[in-house]
Amino acid sequence: MYTQALDQLSKEHEHTPQIDEGELNARFQQRIDNEERIEPKDWMPDAYRLTLIRQISQHAHSEVVGMLPEGNWITRAPTLKRKAILIAKVQDEGGHGAYLYSAAETLGVSREHLIGQLLAGSAKYSSIFNYPTLTWADVGAIGWLVDGAAIMNQIPLCRCSYGPYARAMVRICKEESFHQRQGYEIMITLARGTPEQKRMAQEALNRWWWPALMMFGPSDADSKHSAQSMRWKIKRFSNDELRQKFVDFTVPQAEYLGLTIPDPDLRWDEETQHYRFGEINWTEFQEVLKGNGPCNRDRMAARRRAHEEGRWVREAAQAYAEKQRKRAADNSLKVEVVS
Amino acid sequence: MSDAREWPLYEIFIRSRGGLDHKHVGSVHAVDARMAIQHARDLYTRRQEGVSIWAVKSSDIVASDPNDADVLFEPARDKIYRHPTFYNIPPEVKTL
Ligand SMILES: [Fe+2]
Ligand SMILES: [Fe+2]
Repeated sequence: MYTQALDQLSKEHEHTPQIDEGELNARFQQRIDNEERIEPKDWMPDAYRLTLIRQISQHAHSEVVGMLPEGNWITRAPTLKRKAILIAKVQDEGGHGAYLYSAAETLGVSREHLIGQLLAGSAKYSSIFNYPTLTWADVGAIGWLVDGAAIMNQIPLCRCSYGPYARAMVRICKEESFHQRQGYEIMITLARGTPEQKRMAQEALNRWWWPALMMFGPSDADSKHSAQSMRWKIKRFSNDELRQKFVDFTVPQAEYLGLTIPDPDLRWDEETQHYRFGEINWTEFQEVLKGNGPCNRDRMAARRRAHEEGRWVREAAQAYAEKQRKRAADNSLKVEVVS
Repeated sequence: MSDAREWPLYEIFIRSRGGLDHKHVGSVHAVDARMAIQHARDLYTRRQEGVSIWAVKSSDIVASDPNDADVLFEPARDKIYRHPTFYNIPPEVKTL
C-alpha cells in the first residue's frame, strides 16, 4: 500500500522536532490502549514497526512455503473432486502470502527484499511445513490440524492494533474455514473406510499432532517477544492459552473419528474443565527452526527452483509491457505529426 | 537472486456488487495496469467478491497527513447543528 509511507516518516520528524521520543511513545501507547487502530502513515515506535515487519513477513513466508507439502499431492489426489479442492486450497495459501506481503509493504519494506530473505534462507517460517506428507491421509490431517491451529492463532489477529495486518487477517480467516473442513472430511472418509484406510488416518494423526501443538510457539515463560506484543495489542492471547484452546477443541473431534491422540498423558481435568496434555518436545521444535527438520532443505530447494523457473515469465512480461509502452508512445507521436 | 527492478505497486479497489462503491482491498505488483487487473482478479475475487476492479498506481495516490488531522477535521466537531438530532421537535409532529 501507500509507498509514500517512507517519505512521510522523514517529513514528520521535521514537523515535530520539539516533541521528544518519550512523549510520542506515551501518546502511541495511549492510542493502543484506547483500541484505536494504527495506520501506515501514523507515527509508530521503530520497535513496533520492526516487530510487525518480522511477524507479518514470517507469516507471509509460512503461507508460501505452506503450499509445498500439499502441492506434492495435487497430481496424486484420489479423485477429481479432491484434486479440484486441493488446487483451490493451495491457491488460497498463495493468496494469503500475497495479502500479507502487501500488508508488510505498508511498513516501508519492499516485497522483493522480503522474498529475497526467504530465498536466501535468512528468514523464518512456520516449523510445521518442514514435516513430510507421506500419504493422502497427511493432506487430511494438515487441513484438520494445521489449518485448525492456524485459525486459532489468526482469529485474534483480526483485532490486531495494526490496521493493514488486521484487515488482511479478516480476509484470510474467511477463507481458512473451508481448509479445515475439507481436511476433516478427508479424515472422516478414511476413518470410516477399510481398516487399512483407518490405519492411514491414525498414522497421519500420530505424525501431525505434536508438530501442530508446536505451531503455537514456545511456552509463555520462554517466549521472548510475547509481553511487548501483548502491550502493543499485536497479540491478544498467550501461546499457551491458544494451545490449550486448540487441544480442548480438537480432542472431541478425534474421538468422533474414533482415532487416538498420541499422548499417554492426555486426560480431562474436571476441576479446570480443560484437557491436560503431555510435555512438548521443545528440543525438536528448536532443531526444526534451526533448519534441521526432516524437510527444511527440500522446502527451500523447491521454493528456489520455483522462483528460478518463473524468471523467464517475469522477464517476458516486463519486455512485453515495455514494448507496449513504446508502441503507444510512437503512435501518439504519429498522431501529433498527422494532425 | 534479485530481479532487475521491482514492478510498480498498484492499489486495488473492488466493487462487490452493482450499486455499491469500489472499496480498497489491498495491493499487487504488476508490470502495467492491465496485469494489475489480472492479478487483482486472481487474488481478490476467487469467490465472486467483485463485479468491477480499479487499479491505481500507489505512487499516484495523494493522502492527507495524519499530523494535520486536527487542523483538517477538528473544526467540524463543534458544528453539531449540522445534524438533525440538534433540533427539538415536539413528538406530536409526525413525519419530520
Ligand atoms: Fe493460509
Ligand atoms: Fe489454510
